[in-house]
Order: sequence, then C-alpha cells, then structure tokens
Amino acid sequence: MNKILHEILDAHRKKGGNIITLLQGTQEAFGYIPREAVAFFSEELNIAPSRFYGVATFYAQFRLKPIGRHKITACCGTACHVKGSDKIINGLKRELQLSAENDTTVDGEFTLEEVACLGTCSFAPVVLVNGSVRGKTSSDTVVKEIRALRKKEHE
Amino acid sequence: MSNSTVVRVCMGPGGIAAGGKGVLDEFEKCLSEKNIQASVRENCSSHQVGCLGLCARDVLVEVHTNGAKTTYQYIKPDMVERIVTEHISGGQPVSEWLVDDAFSAFYKKQVKVVLSDVGKVDPEDIDAYVAAGGYESAREALTAGSPRDVIDEVKSSGLRGRGGAGFPTGLKWELGRAATGDIKYIICNADEGDPGAFMDRAVIEGNPHSVVEGMIIGAYAIGASKGYVYIRAEYPLAVERLKLALHQATDRGFLGKGIFGTSMDFDIEIKLGAGAFVCGEETALIASIEGQRGMPRPKPPFPVNKGLWQRPTVINNVETLANIPYIIRNGCAWYASYGTEKSKGTKVFALTGKIRNPGLIEVPMGITLREIIYEIGGGIENDKNLKAVQTGGPSGGCIPASMLDLNVDYDSLARAGSIVGSGGMIVLDEDDCMVNMAKYFVHFTQTESCGKCVPCRVGTKRLLEILTRITKGEGRTGDIELLERLSAGIKTASLCGLGQTAPNPVLSNIRYFRDEFIAHVRDKKCPAKVCREMLSYRIIEKFCRGCGACLRACPGGAITGEKKKPHVIDPGKCIRCGACFDVCKFKSVEKE
Repeated sequence: MNKILHEILDAHRKKGGNIITLLQGTQEAFGYIPREAVAFFSEELNIAPSRFYGVATFYAQFRLKPIGRHKITACCGTACHVKGSDKIINGLKRELQLSAENDTTVDGEFTLEEVACLGTCSFAPVVLVNGSVRGKTSSDTVVKEIRALRKKEHE
Repeated sequence: MSNSTVVRVCMGPGGIAAGGKGVLDEFEKCLSEKNIQASVRENCSSHQVGCLGLCARDVLVEVHTNGAKTTYQYIKPDMVERIVTEHISGGQPVSEWLVDDAFSAFYKKQVKVVLSDVGKVDPEDIDAYVAAGGYESAREALTAGSPRDVIDEVKSSGLRGRGGAGFPTGLKWELGRAATGDIKYIICNADEGDPGAFMDRAVIEGNPHSVVEGMIIGAYAIGASKGYVYIRAEYPLAVERLKLALHQATDRGFLGKGIFGTSMDFDIEIKLGAGAFVCGEETALIASIEGQRGMPRPKPPFPVNKGLWQRPTVINNVETLANIPYIIRNGCAWYASYGTEKSKGTKVFALTGKIRNPGLIEVPMGITLREIIYEIGGGIENDKNLKAVQTGGPSGGCIPASMLDLNVDYDSLARAGSIVGSGGMIVLDEDDCMVNMAKYFVHFTQTESCGKCVPCRVGTKRLLEILTRITKGEGRTGDIELLERLSAGIKTASLCGLGQTAPNPVLSNIRYFRDEFIAHVRDKKCPAKVCREMLSYRIIEKFCRGCGACLRACPGGAITGEKKKPHVIDPGKCIRCGACFDVCKFKSVEKE
C-alpha cells in the first residue's frame, strides 16, 4: 500500500491538486479511502486528518469501507423511481441480505450502491452490474445475474 | 465520395446501454469480411443515434448511401449481417427494421440549435466540427469584433441561463466584464445533478467542441484567462470526450497562448465533481473546485465580483455555453426569432417517465406541453391516462394534466408553480402517487442538504418525516397545513437555492392534488396504490389457476396453496412487495 500512496502523493505534488483530487486518486487505487492513507497524507502534507474526513464524508463519491468484488449500482433517479427502482433495490437487498448500514455482503463479494442518476433515463429502470448497463430491468433479472456470478466464483 | 457508404451507429449513452459497441464491431467485421467500400464510423453523441435523440429505439443505425439516409431501429449485432448483405451490398434496405411514422413525428416539432451538430459530427474529431463551421464563431469574435460586440450580441439574442435560474447570459457577461481583478475565471457548470435529467451529458458527449468554443467566446467577452469545467465523475464518457476535445483544441491553437493569432491567452482545465447536488450552486461549486467541502456561502459578494480564489468568476451552464457559437454564427435576430417574448430560443429537455418515446428533445420555448407529450413523445405508455408532468426536478413542481395547453417557458411555468429548471421532464400517469413523488424529492434534497443552515438542514428533515408518516398511513389531522407552513419557512429562510426551492415539489403537489393528500391522511388510502404500507394483497379465488408463480416469487413465504388449486396470501407474513402482483399472468392478485 505504501508504494502506491507514495505514487499518488508524488503525482499530487507535481500536478498541484487539492484534497478532493488526492482522495479521488486514492479511491481509484483502492476502491475506498483506507484509514492508513489519510494518516499518511496527513503526516506528509501536515494537514489535519479531520480535513480529509470532512471532505470524504461530504461527497457521495467517497467511501470509507472496502468495496465488494462485484459492484451493483442501482439508479434512483426520478425516471427510474417512477418505473419501480424501489422494488429492484428492495429485491436486491433481500437477495444480498444487506441492512440499512451495510451496503456490502459479509463475504465481501457484492456491494450495492445507490446513485442519484446515471443519465440513461430512457432505459429506466437502470442497474449497472460491474459498470455495464442493464436497462429496463427488473429485480428478478438482476438477482439471476448475481446468482450466476456467485456460481462462477464457486467453480 | 459519390459511391461511399457511411454507417452511423449510435454510441451515446442510450446506444451504449443498448449494445451499440457490439453493433459497431459487428459492422466493422462484416464489412471487412465482405470487402465493401464503406466506412463504419461511430456516430457521435449522446442519446442520439444518428443523433436522433430517440434512445428508446436504440440501437439506431443510419446508413448513408449515395446521399440517401436510411435509419434502422432496435438493431442488435446479429441483425447486422443482413443489413450489410441486403442493403449495403445489394442496395435493398431491410424494410421491416426501418423506423416507422412515430420516428418522424418525434422530430417534426423539434428545432435543433444546441443539438444541431450532435449526431452529425464525430465528437472525437475536431476536423468534423471545424468542417461543420466550428470555431469560426470564436475566430470571428476574437479577430473581428470587440468584447462589447459579443456581449451586445448575446444580450440581444435574449439567451437566458439554461441551468435553471434563467438569468440573462449577456447581462452576466457584462457584469463579468465590468468586474475588476488581476485574473478572471469562466467556469462551465457540468455538475448535472438533477435526477432524471441528462441534457448536459448529451451535449458534452455529442459535441464537446461546441462547449469549448462557447467558453472561449465567453472568456473573451469578460476578459478571463482561465476556464474550468466542473463535471460529474458519474459521466466517464463525457469526461473522456471533453479531455480529448481540449487536447485537440490546444493542438490547433484554439486554446493556449495567443489563441487564433491574437494576444489572448486562454486555458481550460477539467475538475471532477465528487457527487454533491449542492455543488450546482455557484458558491458551493467554487468551494469544491478549491478542494473544500462544497458548502454555499451568503451572497453578496457575488461570484462575478468575488468568486474562485476571490477573483471575478462567471459561471455558465453547459447548454448555455453550447448555444453561444450558434448565436454568434447566425446572429442574435435569428436566435430571438424562436421562443416567446421573454424566453427566447430553444431548450433541450430530457423527456422520460411514462412516455411512449422517451428521449432527448430540443424545442422552441413556448411550445405547449400537449405538443411535447402527445406529438413528440407519442403519448402515454400502455395507453394509461396522463396525471402530471414534473419539471425542474427537486427544485421544481408538477403541472397537472388539466393544464396541458400551458406554454413551456420561464414565466408560464413559474406562474403554474413549477420551473423550466435544467430540463428534466418526467411524465407521470395514473399509477403514480403524488404524495410519494413529493416524498421522493424531499428525500433527495434532505440527503443532499449540506447542513450549513438550519432551515434547510432541519426543515427538510421534518418535511420528510411528515411525508413519510403520511405515506405509511400514520398521517395526522393538520399535517397538510403543517407541510405548507413549514415549506413557507424553509423557502424564506434558507441560505441557498437548494433550500429555497426544496419545498417546491411538496407545495405544487398539494396545490394540484390536495385530494390525494387528504385521502392519505384522513382515509389512510393511497388512490394510486403506490404507498406500500397502505396496501393489501389478496388472491381472487376464481381467477387463480394454481400455477405457483406467485408462490415462487414471494420472498416472505406468505403464499401457500396446492398445485392447480387457488393459492392464499397470509396477510401476517406479507411484506407487500408486490412480487406476486407482478408475476401473476391471470390478474388474480388484487391490490387495494
């Protein structure tokens, strides 16, 4: 981890970024903002950790917990909402046994992310499975795909 | 070129979502195998295939042969070979896959200004934009006229900010010009945070150079030497295409030092947003570019005097800037010939929801909602009844079906209690609950409230609590009046636009659908049968064939029954998810 953190910091110093760009680089590398990363940057740049956490908790993009191996992104935009995104999200939560606090399965395989709008409203409701779009979808279809991914893992 | 064939495949968000890449690859494969003189090229842009905007029918494919254009709809990779064999080689279009009448109706009432080159030019090729007359407006503005000329032209065009507030763009530039500072900034606000809106994404993905050119002209008008584009990280393709556009423009000498051979220096940098709706507010956006928490501050001082790093800063929306090159090129009188007296020009809308032909449209200001919904959009999906149209997202409101002949412009929508907003237009039908919609938007603004000022932070929370209990069937007498009083307070006392407009969806829904609120509060009924806690499901014995589909679909194990005999739902175990209702093919599940 240390080597990567050094690289991120070097790039940051060269390009003259700010806390947001630094955290964006960190999240890109690790999938989340590890505690160690904030401690390291805080030390190196002489900026209080609270400033980093202040920014990290303000913006929806940043997460402080590790992300699952597969990422399911459910769109909660208005068009998706009127086309039943609630049902999809509830269905997925049941399938993955997620609670209100936990967006990642216990085994670390799946993370369910809810986002405001993906801008693909004509295909509402929309779910991304590992970044690729599933349009006009349903809870059943996505659950089937999740089960298939699980099965693949076990093979 | 006379015998050349060009195939354009939609690779906008709609096209990609529907599998445009697979279609494009298949065309390339088929054509090279058959050794045909055709260039398969990615058609630019956002939703538009062939930039047609009708993304519901993606993947759309345009085949241009000998000057004739043929458009296909719903194309999948396995259909490509037949098009190549029969149409491109054989000269006979595959008639059953062609677009139908609804397709031409979709375009008939539209007027494309901002979207005029979207879909025609390759967004990743600056030469294509230049060949279509691109960057000529910037060149002309910088070399042949003064900043004052540009400001006058934009003022006379009547262009108003397309981000939502509708502030006159020319006036904003004039104030920017008059502001003093050692350095000035121009910022393009591409933090399209409205859920249910994708106009800016479409413009940047479809024709990024028009935004860059608009920024160059704006920078010249106000005297800025540095520009920023603040764009959502959720739009990776838009970011990529914008980056490419900036590189290409720099290589051509359109950006950098001494641009267009003049003494003007101008650079543009991209700043990625990190997901905060409030950053669409100017002062919050500035804080975010500076690397801080994106929290608004009181105005004045206005950003135009003290903005980014305390320097004069002009912030314009994507669509506003993308209009500029066309206004300069065709003249203010041409632009002002579209629209109404106080709302000039055209506006791009993302038409979505329960509509037959969802997509991206550009219409002259002043068009009626009826024309948009029934002529362009083809009417309501599944022949249901229109209930309302929601405009302006979380800051806007709804227009009920009874006001279909309302003109869509800044003033008419404001009088009706909504706003034009950034351009999201969501069509609701009889199955949508207006209390639930109000709750949906308040949930959104409550989550996105930055927490700085009390009226917004606490007020939206209380609004949400009240709406939540109403939708749960626990509404109390006086809740509707309480919502109205609280809303008035939040509107008056909040610091920024987010809080000041957050109660709008509540107020407008109460205004037009008070009966529905009363039904929830007094009768504990949801007339649209949406609010889960107030519903109950039961199986009508005489319709049930005992197929077992509902039993398998029920996640709570609440359904029992023997095969081929009527099933029963145990209300104690039922979680009211509606899975049985959705799967039943015999309409034997009743929702109340």
